[in-house]
Amino acid sequence: MRLRTDGGGRVDRSRSLRFRFDGREYQGIAGDTLASALLANGVHLMGRSFKYHRPRGVLAAGAEEPNALVTVIRDDARSTPNLRATQVELYDGLVAESQNRWPSLERDLQRLNDVLSAFFPAGFYYKTFMWPRRAWKALYEPFIRRAAGLGRAPTRPDPDRYAQTYAHCEVLVVGAGPAGLAAARAAAATGARVILCDEQNEFGGSLLADRAARIDGMSAAAWAEAVVGELAANPAVTLLPRTTAFGYFPHNFLGLAQRLTDHLPSPVPGAARERLWQVRARAVVLATGAIERPLVFPGNDRPGILLAGAAQTYLNRYGVRVGERVVVVTATDAAYQAALDLKERGVDVAVIADVRARAEGPLVAAARAAGLSVLPSATVVGTDGDLRVSAITLGTVAADGSVRVGERIACDTVLMSGGFTPSVHLFSQSRGKLAWNDALRAFIPERSAESERSAGACRGVFDLAAALADGASAGQAAAAESGAAVAPSTRASLVEAASRSDEAVLGALPHPPGPVHKAFVDFQHDVTTRDLALAAREGFQSIEHVKRFTTTGMATDQGKTSNLNALAIVAGELGKSIPEVGLTTFRMPYTPTTFGSFAGLSRGALFDPVRTTPMHAWAEAHGAVFENVGLWKRARYYPRGGEDMHAAVARECRAVREGCGLFDASTLGKIEVVGADAAQFLERLYVNAWSGLAPGRARYGILCRDDGFIYDDGVIARLAKDRFHVTTTTGGAPRVLAMMEDYRQTEWPELEVWLTSTTEQWAVIAVQGPNARRVLEPLVEGVDLSPAALPHMGVATGRILNVPMRLFRVSFTGELGFEVNVPAGHGAAVWEAIYAAGQTHGITPYGTETMHVLRAEKGYIIVGQDTDGTVTPDDAGLSWAIGKSKPDFLGKRSLARASMRAPERKQLVGLRTRDPRLLLEEGAQIAERPGQTPPMQLLGHVTSSYASSVLGHSIALGLVAAGRARTGQTLYVPMPGGDVEVTVVSPVFYDPEGKRLNG
Amino acid sequence: MLLIPCPHCGPRPELEFSYGGEAHIARPRQPAELDDAAWANFLYTRRNTKGAHAERWRHARGCGRFFNVLRDTTSDKILTSYPVGAPRPDPRAADSAAPESAR
Amino acid sequence: MADADRPWLVPLPPAARFVLQGGAAARAAAAVVWGVDLSDQPCRAIVHEGRATLWLGPDEHLLIDRGGDDEALARALEQTLSAVPHSLVDVGHRQLGFEVRGPRSALILAGGCPLDLHPTRFPVGMCTRTVFAKAEIVLWRTADDVFHVEVWRSFAGYLTELMSEIDSLLPRMAD
Repeated sequence: MRLRTDGGGRVDRSRSLRFRFDGREYQGIAGDTLASALLANGVHLMGRSFKYHRPRGVLAAGAEEPNALVTVIRDDARSTPNLRATQVELYDGLVAESQNRWPSLERDLQRLNDVLSAFFPAGFYYKTFMWPRRAWKALYEPFIRRAAGLGRAPTRPDPDRYAQTYAHCEVLVVGAGPAGLAAARAAAATGARVILCDEQNEFGGSLLADRAARIDGMSAAAWAEAVVGELAANPAVTLLPRTTAFGYFPHNFLGLAQRLTDHLPSPVPGAARERLWQVRARAVVLATGAIERPLVFPGNDRPGILLAGAAQTYLNRYGVRVGERVVVVTATDAAYQAALDLKERGVDVAVIADVRARAEGPLVAAARAAGLSVLPSATVVGTDGDLRVSAITLGTVAADGSVRVGERIACDTVLMSGGFTPSVHLFSQSRGKLAWNDALRAFIPERSAESERSAGACRGVFDLAAALADGASAGQAAAAESGAAVAPSTRASLVEAASRSDEAVLGALPHPPGPVHKAFVDFQHDVTTRDLALAAREGFQSIEHVKRFTTTGMATDQGKTSNLNALAIVAGELGKSIPEVGLTTFRMPYTPTTFGSFAGLSRGALFDPVRTTPMHAWAEAHGAVFENVGLWKRARYYPRGGEDMHAAVARECRAVREGCGLFDASTLGKIEVVGADAAQFLERLYVNAWSGLAPGRARYGILCRDDGFIYDDGVIARLAKDRFHVTTTTGGAPRVLAMMEDYRQTEWPELEVWLTSTTEQWAVIAVQGPNARRVLEPLVEGVDLSPAALPHMGVATGRILNVPMRLFRVSFTGELGFEVNVPAGHGAAVWEAIYAAGQTHGITPYGTETMHVLRAEKGYIIVGQDTDGTVTPDDAGLSWAIGKSKPDFLGKRSLARASMRAPERKQLVGLRTRDPRLLLEEGAQIAERPGQTPPMQLLGHVTSSYASSVLGHSIALGLVAAGRARTGQTLYVPMPGGDVEVTVVSPVFYDPEGKRLNG
Repeated sequence: MLLIPCPHCGPRPELEFSYGGEAHIARPRQPAELDDAAWANFLYTRRNTKGAHAERWRHARGCGRFFNVLRDTTSDKILTSYPVGAPRPDPRAADSAAPESAR
Repeated sequence: MADADRPWLVPLPPAARFVLQGGAAARAAAAVVWGVDLSDQPCRAIVHEGRATLWLGPDEHLLIDRGGDDEALARALEQTLSAVPHSLVDVGHRQLGFEVRGPRSALILAGGCPLDLHPTRFPVGMCTRTVFAKAEIVLWRTADDVFHVEVWRSFAGYLTELMSEIDSLLPRMAD
């Protein structure tokens, strides 16, 4: 391959790798990226631009690449779109495809957009797709959706596994270029825990492509290798290559995405593809380097036009000549070194066009001495070529600013260098303050918000010797700040490298008057100088608005190469200075990060904890169908012999009403409230009166918030003068305990009371139905179950199967009922014993669905289903529970407001359909008048609705305005098939006198 | 993720805490004596401070205790933490007094 | 046997457990019956002959007795504590205990727990309530490479499965 150099670089010429790009087979070598391998094959064309579909070549050699976006395809579930070819490590058999083109990269039909580009200026979409409104759904949206988007996500589930870990260190160093390596070495010398990460496969950054410099008598790359070896031998140092620090969060918490297997020929079975590191660092050193800026001139986007530093990297690190005849256009000294390196490797450098008026300095002199022709005061008038640049037309700028068009030079490559933009992304995410540096023509870190320091090129220290010294002192200071012992300062490295000026240009190069071909600022989003000028003419003043109007900097590269040029152009148009206009916000992630790394192991069965009760295995073995209630799995019903839910629930309901049912109520929240002031504490919280409740008795309690609305409910039993057993709803347990703790600690610290969650201490077995007493009596020791000794709402402690028991005589079914509480570890055994003992009494296990029907037949509410955070106790028909003589309780003052007692408030009522078989839909609206069309006048909605097999008709509960006064009225439930007639009735459908309860 | 200085356990990750809203809003001892406007003010009116904000946190998945924190809402910097019931510290004094715990 | 083959996640046998809340008087009284002091120092556990006391909060301690008779212990504690303000609640069945052992234990825990588990930051004898992914746990370092974990029983399956997954994704040390 004529473009591959004979030796040198970080590649292994003895290991050749085959790969495919857009269906064609190529060869690369070990150590290549996809981009370097394609360039070695003479391929510059790697993508199409987003809007105009212009052919685009690779521009850069790193993360900032805007053009060469590819999809890497391993198999039909593993295709990753929008990868930068410059960051894709080559492996044998790699398959990649270009994006944003059809049918092929060479012949893309949407190229028409470029021809018609006069009709697609900035803001085109905002202005065009407005009217008529109807066209949105049919026309505009499908069109935009087809045209928009980069790459295609795989449609199959991701088969890979992703690991996550927290990590802690004294010093985190981001970036392993010269400053980062020096910082890590200095910090590690103190004995501090150091993490060093770099997004590339190999540590060294710019040192890996620097052939000229020597450090401590070694080549730059050899020096980097030596330092990495030293760090690797230190057990307190963690080295993370292929790891992108993508986000900087408050208090020195950083997200690092480590790629573990994407560089391997095939995924490693069972191994993690990526690992997310969530690092808390005492101190952070950012050594994130700088990004070379393109120059803005007409036709600056043709394939074959790339950054000078990138060409230098391809040559020195990958052993690839990017072309055979190059023209260099530069505003920096750095590009001269690139030209010198290329010339030395046999590339024809036609001319160095220096846009500066005075081209001088050691590197310029070296170029002249090497016989390179230098053209000062240069500009670019235009370029030629379609799929590859073929010529460039230069010009010269006179002292008065006028441009004289110069010669047209044939070439296959143009290298450009506008200056270096410090990578302040992470610094800015950390909310550090940037300041404009006029000498560097760049924003650099001024004041840190965190325990953080920037070092090297990312704060404008571009000189190699200075960057090494800057890194070392930052690393040492960071270690000292994090509390590490201060070590003797490390010896400064001895650097031999040509000094260079930090000059740079921003914005568009001068051009002669007359029509100008497109000069691109944001390559990925196709934003030109004209678009930015249009934004200014349209009246946009804020850079944030210009960004959104033109979409500059909004592509997947987040404007890494373009933002500063765009800013300079906008500032010029607005007649303001650059710092006056200011920067847009830097947001995470620095480069695109996979969803997989964020999700980690929180997928599938481990997405959330699945909580099961002690009796879960029994329910499973008995064919229960489960439902999710919060994180819990609860048995919903126990179908027998092919029953559907309706049939199973009907049978279970009859069993409870006629014989005996067995129900797992273990998920109910339980809180032990203990202390001399326990009763007083509950008095202040719940609406009910508690002080008069005798030990051995229980009461249904309602908890409101101070806004007067029902928050939770449950049975509360007094076990002793100073001990209550409080139950809450299943879902409400954590929040009720948190609310109680809040009042205990912050409002009433004078009360002697403590709270302990006992939800999981007790398995709760509800035995309900007319035969419940007969089932339990033979099993229970030390408790008299007779109605006189243990009446409804009585509580006793005793033993069952020789384990301790708290026995509640309570009912959520309307039947005679008991709830047996035993220590959770005994739950399954006690359940089975009760089930066995109940066989002669027709005992039937029932689930939550049956529980719901039974409670609805009795008009018992479910908080969160029949209430919604706007329901007072009176709205729910529960004003009887309020302790009328209590001076205060949570919500009492709110309930005294006139509007909380208004007769037109929505109240809980029962609803009967005219057709007894018809089941209302929960959530359906209720209207006073039939036959309405939207907007309708509505009175409320259906909250609960069930088929009642015991009653022989459907039942429903609903919240209806002035509902209780409407008892007997006919109302209408508007449904797609027409209005359903309902009659307002009492919410208690079954045994309104409560005779069965007290049986 | 913030690093919150629990007065008992030291700096701990935000995941262990629950937020308790603005501090120094005590429940009136005699709610019945408040008119509707004053009661609504207690229930619903909050400062939404830009800058040093006194707020409640509970080390819910730690020692369980409530405490107050002075946090700069523009930078998330935690200036100091102090016990429930203690007066709100002067943010300028707190800023220089507690750099270590805020880290 | 290579470290990687040694069991690293070991369920502990049932134990008697109580949450004691109250002031210094309650702590002193309980220490007499329990035979182990209750730490005043935050996040510290004290162990003596199979019995442990773990500081969970300024007025909250977890008492653990491996293999103790919970009902008898409760009676003995309540008798001694009756004179001082306190709350004693049996939580022996609320939670399960297990140990994470071995040279990888801290790495496995770091897969879900956001605390710094370096021995200088989380030394032997330190204990605290904290989180492991979406579960709340009590974490107690009982030896350099042994952590005692307490978790509410319904979260135990989630916790152990997640830990096994984390372990399986850690790079293997050379056997």
